[in-house]
Amino acid sequence: MSWDLKTDRPIYSQLIEQIEIKICSGIFAPGSKLPSVRELAQEAAVNPNTMQKALSMLEEDGLLYTNRTSGRFITEDAKMIEQAKHKLAQDQISEFLEKMKSLGFGKTETLSIISTMLEEAKK
Amino acid sequence: MSSILTCNNLSKSFGNKKALNNINLNLERGRIIGLLGPNGSGKSTFIKLCNDLLTPTSGELQIGGNAPGIETKRIVSYLPERTYLNDWMKVSEIIQMFQDFYPDFNVEKAYDMLKRLSINPSERIKTLSKGTKEKVQLILVMSREAQLYLLDEPIGGVDPAARDYILDTILGNYQENATIIISTHLISDIEQILDDIIFLQNGQVVLTKTVDEIRDENGKSVDTLFREVFKC
Repeated sequence: MSWDLKTDRPIYSQLIEQIEIKICSGIFAPGSKLPSVRELAQEAAVNPNTMQKALSMLEEDGLLYTNRTSGRFITEDAKMIEQAKHKLAQDQISEFLEKMKSLGFGKTETLSIISTMLEEAKK
Repeated sequence: MSSILTCNNLSKSFGNKKALNNINLNLERGRIIGLLGPNGSGKSTFIKLCNDLLTPTSGELQIGGNAPGIETKRIVSYLPERTYLNDWMKVSEIIQMFQDFYPDFNVEKAYDMLKRLSINPSERIKTLSKGTKEKVQLILVMSREAQLYLLDEPIGGVDPAARDYILDTILGNYQENATIIISTHLISDIEQILDDIIFLQNGQVVLTKTVDEIRDENGKSVDTLFREVFKC
């Protein structure tokens, strides 16, 4: 499980994003226990305080919850995970659309390229 | 939380050259702090002052409420910029010596780290390569359960793979309430593990911020900002 961190954005926001991806893709299964802050920080090679900040924010959003005695867990709320997944997809697509726009493609052109490619992939 | 290190108008001159000029800092516990600056900016002078190897020309410096001296050496674990270990000693003998010297020295931790880096404890220091010597020294420093770690260029002489291991060692072994100050100019290698940074230039503090603040406000890494601020 790798952590790919860019240098031009705050680390905590990238950690949040990557943990969201791990939850959505099922690497961190719903209801399962999360490794400790220290373990996660070491794995991602980041400062434990930064990891702590990212986890607290995910907790505020409800994707994680803390059981006071036994640690931090991933939510079992499938709907909430679905929402997070949706949000990540939207982020990806708006980033992609930005890029296409800067290449000079309009909405309809972009859409037609996508459908052509999907058609070809089917074959 | 009380601060671990404070300095008020701290200055150090060598003749009429001011190595440090009116430094005011207040460093909290539980942080990893990068002390960054170009060559000759005063990084090592600052760290030497903290270790009582130099005395301030004026101003005040306190660590855990005491001026540098016997009391502070108890709680400070220091990695100097060069090796000082006796060449003829075996690694295991040096570990024994550290154990005698420092009540907070954790022997098991030391042997565990030696094993992970496949360093043979019965080898003599003089038979070790330069990089391995540096690793041994870092192991000794990080095996102490100190309140303040002062690391002067901890990753300068080792290869990138060992660098990763060393950062991992630093992250895995410091106490939750301890503060680590790392002086270096290899910023891109360490900025990911830093909470705060201090930029020194010509003996003065020109910037103190958290890494995420810098990335948020400038949209660039600490390394890039450093190259801009200290452009030659």
